[in-house]
Amino acid sequence: MSLLWLRFALACYFIGLVYAFVAITRTSDLFSRIALHAASLGMVFHFVSLTELFLSGHVVWASVHNGESLLAFLSMSFFMLIYAVYQTTSPGVVVFPVVFFLTFVAAVDEQPVLLTQFVSHKGWLAAHIFLIFIGYAALLVSFGASLLYLVQERQLKAKKSASLISFLPALEVIDQIGYRSLLLGFPFMTLGLLTGSVVAISTYGHLDFLDPKILLSLLMWVVYMVMVFTRWNSGWRGRRAAFLATFAFVAALAAWAANYFSAIHRFAAS
Amino acid sequence: MRFQLIGVNHKSAPLEVRERLAIPESRLPDTCRDLTAYPGIEEGMVISTCNRVEIVAHTTNGHADLRGFLHDHFHLTAAELDAHVYEFREKDVVRHLFRVASSLDSMVVGEAQILGQVKEAYATARAVGAVRGQLDQLFSLAFAVAKRVRSETAVVSSSVSIASVAVELAKKIFGTLEGKTVFLVGAGKMSELAARHLMAHGCASIFVANRTYDRAIGLAQKFNGQAIRFEDLHNTCDRADIVITSTGAPHAIFRREHGEQFLTRRKNRPMFFIDIAVPRDVSPEMGKLDGIFTYDIDDLQQAVSSHVADRRKEAELAEAIVTSEVERFEARLQTLDVVPTIVSLQDHLETIRQAEIDRVRGRMGPLTPEQEMAVEALTRGIINKVMHTPIATLKTAAKESEATTVVEVVRRLFNLHDKEAAPPDKKNEVETRH
Repeated sequence: MSLLWLRFALACYFIGLVYAFVAITRTSDLFSRIALHAASLGMVFHFVSLTELFLSGHVVWASVHNGESLLAFLSMSFFMLIYAVYQTTSPGVVVFPVVFFLTFVAAVDEQPVLLTQFVSHKGWLAAHIFLIFIGYAALLVSFGASLLYLVQERQLKAKKSASLISFLPALEVIDQIGYRSLLLGFPFMTLGLLTGSVVAISTYGHLDFLDPKILLSLLMWVVYMVMVFTRWNSGWRGRRAAFLATFAFVAALAAWAANYFSAIHRFAAS
Repeated sequence: MRFQLIGVNHKSAPLEVRERLAIPESRLPDTCRDLTAYPGIEEGMVISTCNRVEIVAHTTNGHADLRGFLHDHFHLTAAELDAHVYEFREKDVVRHLFRVASSLDSMVVGEAQILGQVKEAYATARAVGAVRGQLDQLFSLAFAVAKRVRSETAVVSSSVSIASVAVELAKKIFGTLEGKTVFLVGAGKMSELAARHLMAHGCASIFVANRTYDRAIGLAQKFNGQAIRFEDLHNTCDRADIVITSTGAPHAIFRREHGEQFLTRRKNRPMFFIDIAVPRDVSPEMGKLDGIFTYDIDDLQQAVSSHVADRRKEAELAEAIVTSEVERFEARLQTLDVVPTIVSLQDHLETIRQAEIDRVRGRMGPLTPEQEMAVEALTRGIINKVMHTPIATLKTAAKESEATTVVEVVRRLFNLHDKEAAPPDKKNEVETRH
């Protein structure tokens, strides 16, 4: 049943996906409103799906299916938070496709599960997953914002008349969205990694820093920190910030992909 | 009609070329004098604004070498210049000038400044005696046409100002202008207007710098801002988010290295430069830096023109007015050519009439004033009736190609050739009378 709700959500997110592609080429107030409503409706379905899963009693957050569904939901919540503050749907250009992709994968029936049978602290594990996922969502939005910043910067530099009617918010606003997401996401990411370490140590007795999962997660965290630092210290933005954000995002993807070949943190068929 | 015009404008030449041709106001009189001293040119005038440099001349034979004048005067080779230059002759000059004065040829159609600029150029040329007869008439009419366009169409009234576009761009960069700082470098109507708009939209404080410090103080008082000495410009500038610059400096005063300093000191927070000066105050290299946004006059005007949708209709109306005025002017000029013939014809018949009255008066004896008037009215009436058709024919013929033939026939019929040996200044008198 939970899967059915998720598929409803997916249909709604599909409208967001279409919006993401259309918004790049032209501005339409009507369409951005439609996309916003569709996304809200999708979130309702999504929420029902997650709640049902939780109430069913045998929730396994560490499964790809449930994990991705949760990550998509958190990313969407982040998007809505930004909309509430800045009244702009433009981050959707980046967020919607990713959310659609995650939900799509989650809505497919196959569900490999992480090797969590040895984990003794289930509470810590849940905390780890939630925290890390909020960090991921923030990173995604920040990455999206840095791309949008580049686009807006280009438009302003190109001095095309279109820059006046572009769908993007003001450059400084995009910058703020990116920076605030970054600042908000950083503690979650850090705490997520810490709780993860606690779980790992309690399970294996030590941390294997050469394990690809840990190595990549650490790399991601370092880049994340460098981003926050350069931004705070010398106001890096634009091209340099986008470069770093892309790097962090790729590192995050790699850390995710590491779930398939890490010895201690991997998916397995349920 | 031996008018010629050569020039460059925003459509034909990029800013880099226009910068090289721009003539500072102080040198305009000399350029006008040089122009009239050039072979084949009787009268001449120079229009130099940030969007155009144009040389208008009334020539002796309609084939003066204006290109040669441009090459000589600006020390430019044909290769550098010729691709960007347009030339007009005769009727096309009239049309072009009417369009320029009416702001139809402007980058921002309908902008109100151009008419004033052309009027100033005209006054300058007139003061040095470079504009006297034909050009004088042409420009007086151009101003009248511009006035007509302004009053009969909405082209000018719907003009969106550069200043409001500057505000919009600033908002595109900064989001809100609340608390932002403006720096006004140099003075000028347009830059002051832009500053005022920015302040009205929330900018909190303003710095003013000028080569003349006293002027900076005056301006700063006007805006309730702070005057900065010109030497301190680069040290202070990074404190401003928006810089409006319009100095008369011959070279860029903001260069790449300045931009880099500003950004370091500002921790890369973006800066917006509104460069209204020609030649430009901000080097294009600096505009390439991340975080520095430079809009020069061309960019701003382009942004303005993209705003305007419904102005096209009004512009069409204005174009129609220009076309009809050009035709009227042409007709008038051609009619002027038959005017001497008409006048000598009238003179000829009047002489005959007077002579006949004198001859008959002796036989009739003294007349009462009433009788005198009756005779006068009778003879005049006959002559006017007889003259009416030939004069009308002359005037109609004047507008067609066979004008000269008709004029010749009339002259022969009435034997006007002997009387035509009138002194040239009398001819002028006739022309100006009409």
